[in-house]
Amino acid sequence: MGAMDTGNMEGRWRDLDYLLLRQGNIVGPGFEPAPEIRDFLQDDFKVLVIGAGGLGCELLKDLALSGFGHIDVIDMDTIDVSNLNRQFLFRMHDVGKPKATVAAERVMKRVKGVTVIPHHCRIEEKPDEFYKDFHIIVLGLDSLEARSYINSVVCSFLEYDADGTLDMSTIKPMVDGGTEGFKGHARVILPGVTPCFHCTLWLFPPQTTFPLCTLAETPRSPAHCIEYAHLIQWGQERTSETFDADNPEHMKWMYEQALKRAEQFNISGVTYSLTQGVVKNIIPAIASTNAIIAASCSLEALKIATMCSSGMDNYMMYVGTQGVYTHTVSYEKDMSCIVCSLGVPVHADADSTLDQFMKQLIADDRFSGKLSKPSVSHLGENLYMAAPPILEEMTRENLSKSLVELLGEKGGTVNVNDKKLAGVLRVQVAFSDAASEPNAMDTAGAG
Amino acid sequence: MINLFSLKKKQEAAKEANDGRPPVKKQSAGELRVQKDISELVLSKTTSITFPNGKNDLLNFEITIKPDEGYYTGGTFVFSFSIPTIYPHEAPKVKCKTKVYHPNIDLEGNVCLNILREDWKPVLSISSIIYGLQYLFLDPNHDDPLNHEAAEVLRDNPRQFESNVKRSLAGGYVGGHHFPRCI
Repeated sequence: MGAMDTGNMEGRWRDLDYLLLRQGNIVGPGFEPAPEIRDFLQDDFKVLVIGAGGLGCELLKDLALSGFGHIDVIDMDTIDVSNLNRQFLFRMHDVGKPKATVAAERVMKRVKGVTVIPHHCRIEEKPDEFYKDFHIIVLGLDSLEARSYINSVVCSFLEYDADGTLDMSTIKPMVDGGTEGFKGHARVILPGVTPCFHCTLWLFPPQTTFPLCTLAETPRSPAHCIEYAHLIQWGQERTSETFDADNPEHMKWMYEQALKRAEQFNISGVTYSLTQGVVKNIIPAIASTNAIIAASCSLEALKIATMCSSGMDNYMMYVGTQGVYTHTVSYEKDMSCIVCSLGVPVHADADSTLDQFMKQLIADDRFSGKLSKPSVSHLGENLYMAAPPILEEMTRENLSKSLVELLGEKGGTVNVNDKKLAGVLRVQVAFSDAASEPNAMDTAGAG
Repeated sequence: MINLFSLKKKQEAAKEANDGRPPVKKQSAGELRVQKDISELVLSKTTSITFPNGKNDLLNFEITIKPDEGYYTGGTFVFSFSIPTIYPHEAPKVKCKTKVYHPNIDLEGNVCLNILREDWKPVLSISSIIYGLQYLFLDPNHDDPLNHEAAEVLRDNPRQFESNVKRSLAGGYVGGHHFPRCI
């Protein structure tokens, strides 16, 4: 024990206490120095780390050492031998074990007093309620899909009052880190307040794809040969099997086919690791980039939790290719974002039919002339689709159903599409109290 | 923000109020966008669409094209569309389910259409892809071959190509490969 038993070490939290027990010029709104803040951080505050890979290991270590007492970590992967150079919580004998489990175990062993609960599963497997339980979510992910998913979950928590004021208690702050080689970003997302992940999706460059016919006819690079084996040859020669990038036999087959093709076209440079890189879309990971980005993310998490300093606004990029360059930008919310925007509030009669409701929307001045043949959906259900005819027919019966039947007692957000609209129109449907406001339709409707 | 967290209790009360309601399916941004694409789809008389998983799964559907001019007149070709959850950041995955003798479609159903891969842009839509597919049947292109043999015949002997296509559509062998009848 001794030296490693940091929980009881004299002055263990001295640096943290400097931040929490002193007033400052750049503290966050409402910050009052008090020892209770550390208690809150260690006893009550719950943080979720998504991803226990390169960034995840750094994040878990940083958060635990920063005084966060209750950490959950979720990761679906198992440890691969190629992770060991930078995912420092793992050892050779851990290869094959779940990352989340091993990471949790190691952090608890090294940092006394912290509880880390592992979840070895996909993020989609957890119910939304699971994510509601945390005060903050820190992302150490490597895919757009996963970020996009968790973003839509936290944005769906947002609730607004009847007058469109955001209920602050429904905000689930997120800190997102990302690295690619020597480059990285750290950002703070306060859903409903700062841009969500989807507001700025355009920041991400499109994936590089090669024309299929180039792959088939005129390969010029090792990547072309690998993609040919991946996209064409597998389907031709192993028709009945689904390719699994984590299956070593599959990957070896892919490498051998690519190598043969490369020899045929006199192309050099196909290696096993390049094959893995191309097929799994891997960019070499740099340990120092992960450390820098995770440090920034953890600090932002600490600021959000304690308000000991005003937070990042709202996106920091880091480029370490030549020296160290960082730049912080305040991105703006997309006011018509299909994931996080409030939507236009509309009062409707709970008993009015979908058909009546759509007529009310068409007549609404705020959408002046932009709606003619709207389609309406609600939470993954297509209530009415104006086209194509086959869907129109399948959804037509909903036209005569009442809104309360389709949306539930509380109303909700519906998405409206129409040819004349540039994007998806979000409409917040609130039911007017028909008993006390007999003319609700007249006052709220056509105007 | 500490004030924000002290509101936690209120949130829990709201959570209870929600209990008893079935959990709702989460919609991806891709789903929201494809809803827009599909609700605005205007199909020509040579094209039709079906939704094998019903009205609430717009991420998977099939487009059937029956060209009424060109080499492939009279044939029926089915394409499966699979929309990624981050559509339109990424292009839909499109495969030809009908085995076809075509220079730009291989025998496994891979389709060489620029906007499906290297030239995909988020401003494009399902409609653009359908136009692209229709165009492939009107103007097969021997410069970008996926089926090398078919491309060579088209380039060197268009008459022969025409008769090969006819044979394949009627259900027969071309170049050692059998093509099921699709007229």
